[in-house]
Amino acid sequence: MAASRDDFIIAIRSAFIKKGNKQRFSLIGLIFFSIGLLILSKINLPVTNYLKITLNEIVYRSSFIISVPEKKIQDFSNKVIDHYNVYNDYLLVKEKIKTLQSKKYETQFLEEENKRLKKTINEYIYNSEELVAKVLIDKNSPFLKSIIVNKGSKDNVKLGMAVLDGTYLVGKIVEVNYSTSRALLVSDLNSKIPVGIEPGNIQSILSGTGKLNGKIEYIESEIFIGNESIVYTSGSGGLFKPGIPIGIYNKKDTEEETVTFFSKLSQLTFVKLVSFEGSDN
Amino acid sequence: MSSKLKNTIINTILLYLPLLLLFISVFNEFDFNYLNYKYFSFNFPFILIFYWSLKRIETLGYGYIFIAGMFNDSVLGFPIGISSLTYLIICGFAGYLRNITLRPSLTKDWLYFLFTISVANSINYFLLILFFSIEVNYYEILGNIIFTFLFYYIFASIFDIYRKILLRIKI
Repeated sequence: MAASRDDFIIAIRSAFIKKGNKQRFSLIGLIFFSIGLLILSKINLPVTNYLKITLNEIVYRSSFIISVPEKKIQDFSNKVIDHYNVYNDYLLVKEKIKTLQSKKYETQFLEEENKRLKKTINEYIYNSEELVAKVLIDKNSPFLKSIIVNKGSKDNVKLGMAVLDGTYLVGKIVEVNYSTSRALLVSDLNSKIPVGIEPGNIQSILSGTGKLNGKIEYIESEIFIGNESIVYTSGSGGLFKPGIPIGIYNKKDTEEETVTFFSKLSQLTFVKLVSFEGSDN
Repeated sequence: MSSKLKNTIINTILLYLPLLLLFISVFNEFDFNYLNYKYFSFNFPFILIFYWSLKRIETLGYGYIFIAGMFNDSVLGFPIGISSLTYLIICGFAGYLRNITLRPSLTKDWLYFLFTISVANSINYFLLILFFSIEVNYYEILGNIIFTFLFYYIFASIFDIYRKILLRIKI
């Protein structure tokens, strides 16, 4: 019994403490160093933040270059899929154009009327500043859904800026480095966005699921949301302006309720980084 | 002279190929996620680190594994140090198995690998959830563990062949 315990201790000591052949560091030393780094990350010291920003700058650029072959394979696979879907897509687009053409003029009129009415009731009018950024890394990790863009603090990118794909909201900036930034996508588990659901102006929170869709949270059980309702930002919290479209609410037969995002989050190439400022008219 | 130089270059590439693969895989997050199969992903660095720590640790080296972990954290947006810790725990488990093994067997290594990645991922998960309040999908991790475990057998067989080539040319 004692001998087997001794063997166990010797094996553990040899694995963790002894420096192996051609090894500069012992395993236990590096483990403690990692734990130290984690504690420093948690404390959020300015020195560690600068180190992190420098590391991110190097790693993001290197990762962008190394990812090129995989990106090519991914693009090829997407092209093949698109090729097979082209006819069905064509029919769908044709139908949509018809509907949109009729709605375009109606929307223009409503926008103008909305501006006039907002002026009348003295509400905030949002001014926005936008930057176009290229997506450097789009890892879609199973754990965190985020993208890295090629604009950073030198381009006046700020934490919390909205990230749009066309007119659709896809995420917000959560980390700013000197020439790059990380945006947390709306599909990430940690993403929580105040939303309004139309029709009905239902206020709620849109949470990511870690998959390709989102879910509506913190809503009273008696409130009914119609199938195919549109989810917009509500503007609560003042981070985003109200009315940015995000996705469409789907209620399937299986009682599973999801929000399908308008934008294809796995195929982002260029995005707009937008900051909104409210001003009195 | 020229052929000698050529041989040296080839030998160096062969020797450092696993290390190169490790860095490419952490930079590239090589896991076929873009296929968008539900819960399908696998952790190639785990396979690589466990195998080479078990069979020939001087090929990778703890220092490089630690740096690779830091790069992985930066790419994934995790707190710096968490992947390094996970990778080094895997090295520790592999080192322990190396010390107690008299007759190596791929099947036993394979089952022990499942235990190792379960422990490593659990530590990773609890640190992210409890220490850093980052939400992580438990089922995604479970899927990742299962597929990493299944792929280990295939990759270990490939690495065995590769290791035999290294032994044959006496690197």
